[in-house]
Amino acid sequence: MFDPSTLADVRALYSDAIRQHGRHPGHAGRLAEADGVAKGDNPMCGDRVQVFIRRAGSTISEASFEARGCEISLASADLMCEAVAGQPIDRVRDLAGEVEAMARTGRCDACDDAMTRLQPLAAVHEFPSRVKCVTLPWRALIAAVDGLEEATSE
Amino acid sequence: MNSITRPAFDIERIRADFPILGQSVYGKPLIFLDSAASAQKPRQVIDALVETMETQYANVHRGLHWMSERTTEAYEGVRGKVAQLLNAPDPREIVFAKNSTELINLVAHSYGRGVMKPGQAVVISEMEHHANLVPWQMLRDSHGIELRVAPITDGGELDMAAFELLLEDGKVGLVAMTHMSNVLGTVTPAARIAALAHAHGARVLFDGSQAVVHRAVDVQALDADFYVFTGHKLYGPTGIGAMYAKRELLERMPPFMGGGDMIGSVSFAHSSWAEIPHKFEAGTPPIIEAIGLGVAIDYVQSIGYEAIAGHEAELVEHTLRRLAEIPSVQVLGHAQDRGGVFSFKMANAHAHDIATLLDRGGIAVRAGNHCAEPLMHRLGMDSTARASVGIYTTTDEIDVFANALIRVGEFFA
Repeated sequence: MFDPSTLADVRALYSDAIRQHGRHPGHAGRLAEADGVAKGDNPMCGDRVQVFIRRAGSTISEASFEARGCEISLASADLMCEAVAGQPIDRVRDLAGEVEAMARTGRCDACDDAMTRLQPLAAVHEFPSRVKCVTLPWRALIAAVDGLEEATSE
Repeated sequence: MNSITRPAFDIERIRADFPILGQSVYGKPLIFLDSAASAQKPRQVIDALVETMETQYANVHRGLHWMSERTTEAYEGVRGKVAQLLNAPDPREIVFAKNSTELINLVAHSYGRGVMKPGQAVVISEMEHHANLVPWQMLRDSHGIELRVAPITDGGELDMAAFELLLEDGKVGLVAMTHMSNVLGTVTPAARIAALAHAHGARVLFDGSQAVVHRAVDVQALDADFYVFTGHKLYGPTGIGAMYAKRELLERMPPFMGGGDMIGSVSFAHSSWAEIPHKFEAGTPPIIEAIGLGVAIDYVQSIGYEAIAGHEAELVEHTLRRLAEIPSVQVLGHAQDRGGVFSFKMANAHAHDIATLLDRGGIAVRAGNHCAEPLMHRLGMDSTARASVGIYTTTDEIDVFANALIRVGEFFA
């Protein structure tokens, strides 16, 4: 049966923050004069994302994305672009690892400000088949940072 | 509907045969609408697997002892059941492999590389599963075979005029086509396809993975040259599929894989091949799985395809009517002749988000490209949600599903 308890269950994942970023992403679109562009592709489900970054020295000054995918992957991409702007590249790499761990375990060990803002993504750990929706944009981001053209979801 | 009296279809008795239907998911009764991916198994099949291993098991074709003889008899008996299921003239025209994919690869290898000549062409359709596409691309790239793709109409039916045009230059050696689309539910006009192919000198293979679940297949009436299906969609175990192929073709085709059980005699200099069908079955076969498939065939036939088709027609009509009542839902394909597979999309909701919400309501559907990425592109989609029915599906379940979709639509509005 599809009853109120079902909707309560899914609201853990589809929280207000996820809904807002998934439906009205503020960082969707191409970045003019990007210093790095990489694609992420999940051929099993059809999700596809392209991440654009601009650097300022050893930090990422700005990031954006273009994607077709579910609300979770769009929300993850948008939250990501928000979180990494102004962050040193080393910290961005750590964030990507921490988000991936958080998506799998639901836990955020030693959560700083940036990770706290990404915490709405933690709920995905209760939905194992959807973890890749969260991680795909982050893998594309790291590929862009590394000067690669493509990342995969695995 | 029509005035033909349908045989009694006792849905409650059938459901009682499927133990998994008593399971709950997230505290909700399981509503399994993913049978096109793999069907659930009746108690009779489950028991047969255990009984085989507990009472009558040994390797086949090699033992000079009671257990091996009995197991060989049971295993070879399934060949006869498959022949009867497909109305094949001779059980020696039935080849076992692990699934439809492996059987299509077998044909691409043994017929494609072994019999077809570079410069010839293979025709597939736009609505093929990757299993009936990728092996032909591999044949194209390794053997100089041209691959032609017959278009479908916007309604999801094979464009017969365009298909015939592809045959006209006489270069086509093989037409390989689905008998029922795993995405659109479209049943293709197999007898007409075969007649056209033959008129232009081509052989024809049907991927019957979906079709054989939903209706009686008669390979002689269709005049199919090859017909493949898989056991696990037909309420049987995984790991076993079967193919009918005309004897004269099997005789001309070289083996697919080498090993034990497929040889006549072996020396270090040379080996000769076993008679058909064994020359295509290298190594110890899926014995237990084949025996399980035999029981699944018995099970389906005890219900009868006429009753199954009647039940499915009711489900198709009910599902299409319920889905049409939901404005945000768009069903893909509207073929005249169709089975119980429904791909759909919803305004404002991505297929994965739909599937996750339904899952928490105990409703299992598939979301993605359904191993038919080129078809998705043809339809202008990245992914869809898909509901598919089995013999155990009820109209009540469809109602729960449709009502849930209304809630999903509200959630993502």
